[in-house]
Amino acid sequence: MFDPATVLAIAAMAVVTWATRVAGLWLVRVFTIEGRNAAALDAVPAAILMSVIAPMVFMTGPAETLAAGVTLFAAFRLPLMAAVALGVGAVVLLRAAIF
Amino acid sequence: MSNHTASEFRAGVVATLPAAVAVVPFGLLLGTRAVEQGLTVPEVALMSATVFAGSAQFVVIDIWTEPAPWLVLALTTLLVNIRHVLMSASIAGKLGAFAPASQPFAMFFLADEIWALAEQRSVRAPLTPAFYAGLATHLYLNWVFWTVTGALAGKAIADPHALGFDFAFTAIFIGLLTGFWRGTPTAWVLAASSAAAVAVKLTVPGVWYIMAGGLAGVVTAALIYRPARPCSEGAAP
Repeated sequence: MFDPATVLAIAAMAVVTWATRVAGLWLVRVFTIEGRNAAALDAVPAAILMSVIAPMVFMTGPAETLAAGVTLFAAFRLPLMAAVALGVGAVVLLRAAIF
Repeated sequence: MSNHTASEFRAGVVATLPAAVAVVPFGLLLGTRAVEQGLTVPEVALMSATVFAGSAQFVVIDIWTEPAPWLVLALTTLLVNIRHVLMSASIAGKLGAFAPASQPFAMFFLADEIWALAEQRSVRAPLTPAFYAGLATHLYLNWVFWTVTGALAGKAIADPHALGFDFAFTAIFIGLLTGFWRGTPTAWVLAASSAAAVAVKLTVPGVWYIMAGGLAGVVTAALIYRPARPCSEGAAP
């Protein structure tokens, strides 16, 4: 049911993941966060989100790039759920159309 | 539980609805793949419940061999999750309403979607522990439930790509991204992050592109920073 090597690997993964998620709390205590550093830290959400989606948006194909544009357009006007539904609908249609 | 706490918790649960739907095919797929790679159903449950990191779990399951090479798998997890260092540093300043002792526990749940939704919330209103608990509880239970269901069901699971579900997380992140728009400086940050992420994705295998794009955007923000005059601190219109 539980293999010792598997449990050890899962435990190591859990510790490592949690460590990355608390490391930032410690980091901002060690470094002074004001002025330029604060501006840098404020940019983290946009920078990370953009990096995560960049391959799908720019490197997958025209259907994904166009659907990303549709989602962006919708997201400025509609609730998140509606924008996501429109984006996913757009990618399905565009993939079928552009194959 | 006070009325306010209950409504904050509920708001957190509601905020995760798109992500909770999108996670279903991925949870099923991960559970299925894990069983194919030799994990048992209880082991899948243990992994989802203690690691709770979708992308890292996918990568690790992909390279899994029996007996499990724990050091390789832990290092791979570190590489995939290193972006969480930046993410937790960013959220750290928004945890004012959290008891200090509860913060390391709260950060256990800092998966991408929970982090992004918490960041977006803190743009509009102070982040409350109840709202964060709503986000975390809903997506955590969803993730464990659907990965275990996938492990139990075995094969014959729908392909997330077929119905456009693979695009759902991109769409969610695009939607959340609009909440962080602060005018021209943001445009530079996004341009730098995109360029660096694409360049690194093209040249370096693995997930380094996320860190590269993240750091490029952060460095850009630091470079274009102009000290604000007194009284004009905070978000620009």
